[in-house]
Amino acid sequence: MAETVIAARGLRKSYGDNEAVRGIDLEVSAGEIFAFLGPNGAGKTTTVEILEGYRARTGGEVSVLGHDPADQDPALKRRFGIVLQSTGVDPYLTVRETVALYAGYYPSPRDVDEVIDLAGLAEKRTTRVKKLSGGQQRRLDVAVALAGDPELLFLDEPTTGFDPNARRNAWGIVKNLADIGKTIFLTTHFMDEAQYLADRVAVIAKGEVVAEGTPGTIAGRDRMQTRIRFRLPEGKRPALELTDAVGHADGSWEVRTDNPTKVVHDLTAWALERGHTYEVLEVTQPSLEDVYLELTGGEEGHE
Amino acid sequence: MSAVAQSLRQLRFTNKAFWRNPASAFFTFAFPLMFLVIFTALLGQGELRFGRFELDTTTYYVGAMAAFGVISACFTNIAIQTTFSRDEGILKRLRGTPLPAGAYMSARVLHAMVVGAILVAITLVFGKLAYDSPFPTGGPLFEFTVTFLVGSLSFAALALALTAVIPNADAAPPIVNAAILPLLFLSGIFIPLDDEAPEWITTVAEIFPVKHFADAMRAGFLGNIEVAGQRVFVFDWVDVAIVAAWGLLGLILAARFFSWEPRR
Repeated sequence: MAETVIAARGLRKSYGDNEAVRGIDLEVSAGEIFAFLGPNGAGKTTTVEILEGYRARTGGEVSVLGHDPADQDPALKRRFGIVLQSTGVDPYLTVRETVALYAGYYPSPRDVDEVIDLAGLAEKRTTRVKKLSGGQQRRLDVAVALAGDPELLFLDEPTTGFDPNARRNAWGIVKNLADIGKTIFLTTHFMDEAQYLADRVAVIAKGEVVAEGTPGTIAGRDRMQTRIRFRLPEGKRPALELTDAVGHADGSWEVRTDNPTKVVHDLTAWALERGHTYEVLEVTQPSLEDVYLELTGGEEGHE
Repeated sequence: MSAVAQSLRQLRFTNKAFWRNPASAFFTFAFPLMFLVIFTALLGQGELRFGRFELDTTTYYVGAMAAFGVISACFTNIAIQTTFSRDEGILKRLRGTPLPAGAYMSARVLHAMVVGAILVAITLVFGKLAYDSPFPTGGPLFEFTVTFLVGSLSFAALALALTAVIPNADAAPPIVNAAILPLLFLSGIFIPLDDEAPEWITTVAEIFPVKHFADAMRAGFLGNIEVAGQRVFVFDWVDVAIVAAWGLLGLILAARFFSWEPRR
């Protein structure tokens, strides 16, 4: 059993009468990539900021690397790095100076140039922060958070505003960090990101954790019905006795089943016998996004 | 690394970033000098009466603008820049690192003090060359230096306290100016106050630190002027103590209410 890096029990936070976080339990182990998902206003940011030491909690127990983050102990801050969306750096320093400045705050920092290369900013080493694009500034955020060689990394929506290539790159960096034993606490709006990166996922809604598990099995995702969608050429009707297909307005049909192997077999056998071809034939497992939307009740996001 | 080493390291980076914005650096230094030239041109004719002594108005302004330089660097600039750093999220990020809050703040204040000291030096040299104003020496130079140190620290503490009531960076310049400009007028910095100044103005100004600071700076600056073996501008440690008391109040308020995060 790996060492527990983050543990929260019965974590609560109220702002006046408003209970933003209503008794959350979390446990994250060393070397794990943990994704924390939830709509805006669900208490996600509040929870993370309590773990990072930015907010005081109203109740419950919290331990991060064996410390209470509320103590503001530098001994804890030496061991984690934070990538927040809303933090800046001095616009007049260069990339290299910025990373070096932050590296200097830690007792055993990583090599400055190595961190810059890792974040994909090698060509921008001597460029002033002011002149970086939005995506490059986000990468600098990652570089700054890695400068102190932290054991634990908080990543708050690290790829927002990235183009697809930059995202893949960032994901590679995160995977590599986990491979060398770093623990990653990730919050994200992108379900594909959580699916690709996370070992474990927790979903928060209305201040409570509503589901927790691996991305593949969370909330019984692996046991949910498979969706099969198909469309026949104009004027052809499917063999409804074979399936419980439901018609859509665009002329396609959809089946939900626990036994996709049989349904696909029946559908294709029926079509082959009659010489029909399906214009569309799609088999989809419920995605993490489907599960997430179900869990959060399609709740309107608000800040 | 010791706290002092960390603070000095931070100071080095702060200074580097400061000079990378030449427009800002230029006007930081040119501003008080500009005021000195404008005020002496507009209002610098004739003499001001202090007891039986008549002081050149230009010399008066050299001392006043030296005090103004310190207030600009350590109050106005710190309050505005810190609010900008807060709104940029720079302070929030630092809060998540092991850098002690004191190391960051002391670097920022030290940098402002260095800028303030350079401003004082520029003003005095310019005054000497352009208006033949004196240079303090001996005891008065010591008084002048102590006043500078106490004043710059106190105004810096007040500036940090003031940021707590500034809601966002856009509001920083108007709020900071609204706090300091009236006092600069009432405290004999922009408009000379001599023995003929209306009494209510002096009474109001006595409450706040600007007049005490300006008076102590002037007493140090002109401390070598004597008439019949008597100093004309008598240095009063009470002035320095009142400035320090304001500074202490600022420190307490800043420690209690200072925010490292943008206010929403």
